[in-house]
Amino acid sequence: MFISEHLIELLIRLCGISAIVFVFGIFFFVFREGSDFLFHKLNIVEFFTSPEWYPTSVSHKRYGALALIAGTFSVTALAMLIAVPFGLGAAIFISEFCGPKLKETLKIVIELLAAIPSVVWGFIGLTLMNELIIELFDAPIGLTVLNGGAILALMSVPVIVSIGEDALKAVPDSYREAAEALGATRWQMTYKVLLPAAKNGLLAAVLLGVARSIGETMAVLMATGHSVRIPHSLLEPVRTLTATIAAELGEAPVHSDHYQVLFLIGVLLFTITFVVNLTADLIVKGVGRQ
Amino acid sequence: MAFQRKSSCRMLPAALFAVAILVSAACSREDEQDVAPVSGKVVVQNIGSDTMVNLAQQWAEQYSELAPTVSVEVSGGGSGTGIAALINGTADIANCSRQMEQEEIVRAKQNTGRDPYELIAGYDALAVYVHKDNPLNEADIDQLAEIYGEGGKIDKWTQLGIDNAGCKKDEIIRVSRQSNSGTYHYFREALLGEKRDFRLGSIDLHGSKDVVELVGRTPCAIGYSGMGYASDRVKLLKIGRKAGEPAYRPTLETAISGSYPIARPLYMYTLGRPAGEVREYLRWVFSDTGQAIVEESGFVPLAETKRKKALDRLEQEGK
Repeated sequence: MFISEHLIELLIRLCGISAIVFVFGIFFFVFREGSDFLFHKLNIVEFFTSPEWYPTSVSHKRYGALALIAGTFSVTALAMLIAVPFGLGAAIFISEFCGPKLKETLKIVIELLAAIPSVVWGFIGLTLMNELIIELFDAPIGLTVLNGGAILALMSVPVIVSIGEDALKAVPDSYREAAEALGATRWQMTYKVLLPAAKNGLLAAVLLGVARSIGETMAVLMATGHSVRIPHSLLEPVRTLTATIAAELGEAPVHSDHYQVLFLIGVLLFTITFVVNLTADLIVKGVGRQ
Repeated sequence: MAFQRKSSCRMLPAALFAVAILVSAACSREDEQDVAPVSGKVVVQNIGSDTMVNLAQQWAEQYSELAPTVSVEVSGGGSGTGIAALINGTADIANCSRQMEQEEIVRAKQNTGRDPYELIAGYDALAVYVHKDNPLNEADIDQLAEIYGEGGKIDKWTQLGIDNAGCKKDEIIRVSRQSNSGTYHYFREALLGEKRDFRLGSIDLHGSKDVVELVGRTPCAIGYSGMGYASDRVKLLKIGRKAGEPAYRPTLETAISGSYPIARPLYMYTLGRPAGEVREYLRWVFSDTGQAIVEESGFVPLAETKRKKALDRLEQEGK
């Protein structure tokens, strides 16, 4: 009895630590593959400021990632602009306002939304949304920031809803009872008591949504048009960092410059997610101290 | 991180799952090498060009009826992918819609100690597609170079002297391919020569069929793909070499005679001289049946003399 308890504890501890090992292992691997190029050949100024991405040019290879970075940011920003209000709104509604029957239905449907594979989303973007955007906006092509952003929003809403709802559910009922005892209406209770109490969890929900958007590959590869340019409007095609890796890594000869630059893009993606998480962590702590 | 503490219990199954995947991946890799003899089938891995993938699948299917002990496994991914697989030794035959570059031949030799062996299995006429309602009927190579090339000056349909009514913004949407595609490389070379690059800002799609599909749905678009992929939603342009010279529709005849300017060979590469089942398969590809499939798939079969030559070469390799 005693031994098995220890064994299980050890096993669980190992599982916990494994997450850290995996993260560092992945970072190390990705960094190692690109490091040689990073230290010896990369023109960092060109990488961050030039939109010219010509990795397979015969005469003049150029590795400017600015357009790709702009692509990732524009699509993610639009997706969050749509998904955060909808996602948090839905989480609040499900957790606080709707009846038990509707609640079950909504949760099942939203979970179903999360189960749709990203290739299917991409296909919807490539066919249905493309024609719809051409019709509605008179755009020359429907594979645009708008298309990709809308699809990413639909993909990250389920994440935001389920994590956000968990966060609201975790607020003790005594808070609600206290608020009601003071004569607060439901809405007052929600935004004066529940939202502040659950803010860490809600922020985590939003961040997971952001991470989902930045990391998504297949759907944006298909829906954004995969076109190297800096977008000036929502109706222009773009190309994201992730889609570039997906489209080009298979072709790049192992350890060639192109291959290493793609791994550096991986490092860049890793850094972006890390910075997002870290800032959020600091914000939460900063707010907590006040 | 903010949510790590809360979600640690969720990560446990995820971590276990990841381990399971790693383990199973490691096992299956070992299995693969043994699969062939155990199941009694010889597996021929045929990887490469997306342009040729339908053709290669047709070949493989018909061949499996003829030789049930051989299984030809076809996958696409692009000519570059096929060559990479050949260099890594994971492909028996690489399909390629462009010629192997010197650098790639050297690397194959370094990696495997064997020289790539080149065969031409047919020809492909590269068609330039526009939406079916586009009034444009023909274009010449110089115009296409101005549309697609870096520093090119044509980006409006009116500059080509037509009024593309379906495209209100008048902007030419260039549809292109991902940069490991043999079609991409061939089209660039045919239009822009050795040195010049494509202009950025084209829609880079991931398959021959996708290009035709998108052009068929987009009145402003122009795109290039194998002529076998034509559908009733698109129009194939007649192509001329220069302004003022006659333009030709891509057909079997114009591609064989050479009057259609953008036709290219379809290559198949093996590592070293083909032997055993791979050689048998390739001999069948150059047979009447194999070449008939080339034509059925929308490509141009080899002329009789070239076919004989290829077969003779394969016969000699066997001795």
